[in-house]
Amino acid sequence: MSAYSISAPTTRSKWVAGILVVTYAIITMIPLIWIILTAFKSPADAISYPPKVVFDPTLEGYVNLFTTRTRISPEALAALPEPDTWYDRIVRQYDMVIAGPSKFGERFVNSVIIGFGSTFLSVFLGTLAAYAFSRFRIPLADDLLFFILSTRMMPPIAVAIPIFLMYRQLGLSDTHLGMILLYTAVNISLAVWLLKGFIDEIPREYEEAALIDGYTRFQAFYKVVLPQAATGIASTAIFCLIFAWNEYAFAVLLTSANAQTAPPFIPTIIGVGGLDWPAVAAGATLFLLPVMIFTVALRNHLLRGITFGAGRK
Amino acid sequence: MSDTPIHRGADRAARATPARVARKVRGLSDRAIAWIFVAPTIFLLLAVNIFPLIWTIRLSFTNYRANRLNREPEWVGLRNYERILTDSDTWASMQATAHFLIWTIALQVLIGFALAWLINRQFKGSAFWTTIIVLPMMLSPAVVGNFWSFLYQPQIRLFNYVIAFLSGQDPSSFDILGSVNLAPWAIVIVDTWMWTPFVMLICLAGLRSIPDYLYEAAAVDRASPIRQFFTITVPMVLPFLMLAVLFRGIENFKMFDLVVQLTGGGPGNITTLTSIDLKREAFEKWRTGYASAYAIILFVTVFGLASIYVKALNKVRER
Repeated sequence: MSAYSISAPTTRSKWVAGILVVTYAIITMIPLIWIILTAFKSPADAISYPPKVVFDPTLEGYVNLFTTRTRISPEALAALPEPDTWYDRIVRQYDMVIAGPSKFGERFVNSVIIGFGSTFLSVFLGTLAAYAFSRFRIPLADDLLFFILSTRMMPPIAVAIPIFLMYRQLGLSDTHLGMILLYTAVNISLAVWLLKGFIDEIPREYEEAALIDGYTRFQAFYKVVLPQAATGIASTAIFCLIFAWNEYAFAVLLTSANAQTAPPFIPTIIGVGGLDWPAVAAGATLFLLPVMIFTVALRNHLLRGITFGAGRK
Repeated sequence: MSDTPIHRGADRAARATPARVARKVRGLSDRAIAWIFVAPTIFLLLAVNIFPLIWTIRLSFTNYRANRLNREPEWVGLRNYERILTDSDTWASMQATAHFLIWTIALQVLIGFALAWLINRQFKGSAFWTTIIVLPMMLSPAVVGNFWSFLYQPQIRLFNYVIAFLSGQDPSSFDILGSVNLAPWAIVIVDTWMWTPFVMLICLAGLRSIPDYLYEAAAVDRASPIRQFFTITVPMVLPFLMLAVLFRGIENFKMFDLVVQLTGGGPGNITTLTSIDLKREAFEKWRTGYASAYAIILFVTVFGLASIYVKALNKVRER
């Protein structure tokens, strides 16, 4: 092998590259690991200096995340019967009793409903549109595609002003339907662009053969093209889901009591004397973990979506 | 007909379709199907993007306030635009945005490219570590901003501790979120942490698209590795890199959630990016007309810059 060859890296250069990349990856992970650890600390441990790496793990953060509590006098506390659950016991250490569930569960469910609803709708509509753009001659197709993409250049706050007014008129503000429609509109540009790339790659001959066999165009679409595009549809769906799951700007402006999702809610979890950091960290962990697991499990499908199909020839 | 689950499913779907609808669908020409397929998307975009845009343009010429429903808005012509462009706050937020944009893009391009170049050596486990590096960009920016504000807290939290450990300074001697000099860098650091992997992935796609024979030919010609790097690697990756910069540029021009949770625009106005400024005008001061004009100015700026940039990108690609 020539000493100048780059196409086959030497063992030593591989080692050096490996060490550098792993170092970067570990540094990248520190904040995430820290937040997962903080969720298991007591409020005092969470803000102690120097930062505690070794500590007594407790589930207080999670208990505080899911409940609302009220302080009662020590006499009243003593008069109560013994706590029957572990979470009651944790709360009573602080002279408090559980008053009821917190809003976190509701907010989380809202995130799930709005996330999956908008993902389904954008992938459904996006697949139809992408198929049409890929297979039929549509007048001004390039302009339409550019128009679809350019809708992503608007700052969300700029879009939010008229949407806010429009939703107020239509009674859609703070509803699940309103948020699903909005996220679908934002996601559909990405969906059409990605899916068009995937469908472009399916040979036309398959459908043409089906058409000759007496299938209608519609049947050819759902019997031949859809199964072939399944992987592409799945990875597009993951992207739409992650966007809707993570979105904050529209959620904080357009939702409040009824349809609020988790991202605007998590930073507002208040404890005694300011933010309850272990509870915030617990909320963040529960909210971020599904996405992290998703990313690791489906990494091969995600890669292409992230690069907007840039790697495609 | 074959008997795969897909076929069975399709047959069931066909049988479940009402006869009238089925007849109609079957009889449709390709052109009609094309329009039926595209129409819902276009309709949705018209309703949720274009109609509001036109509404915004209209509002931008009035002094409408969304919190006062009973007052008739007055037509004020171009006065909103005039005020915005002569307001020093607007220019301050533009400057904050420019600082944020330039530094995040510079750092992300440098680190992202370097990482991609290293990962492309394909050492053992590179796929796994790539996934780990990609994690931050999949997370919710608002939640990320929120927990970084925790890491940044002075005296007691992690970031100060690490910096103090590395530099030997007193950890309570600086407060990165509270200082006018440091806060703009606080948001640059978090955005770089979060989005470097994006640039890295696109660069990686670029590096993998370079055919091996180019390097082999260069090696036959006895071109040094450094020469190969600058005459093959860099020019071949450049279009990809420019694409990454375009996406990051557009995204960071719109930046709102991460920074609002991290600094809230402070201290003072030093990290008030244009989106945060716009949010205050529209939803805190309720100057809807003024904010609409602001929104239009931002949109035109982004659109204009992006169009110029795309032209440049196409020139590079044609080369």
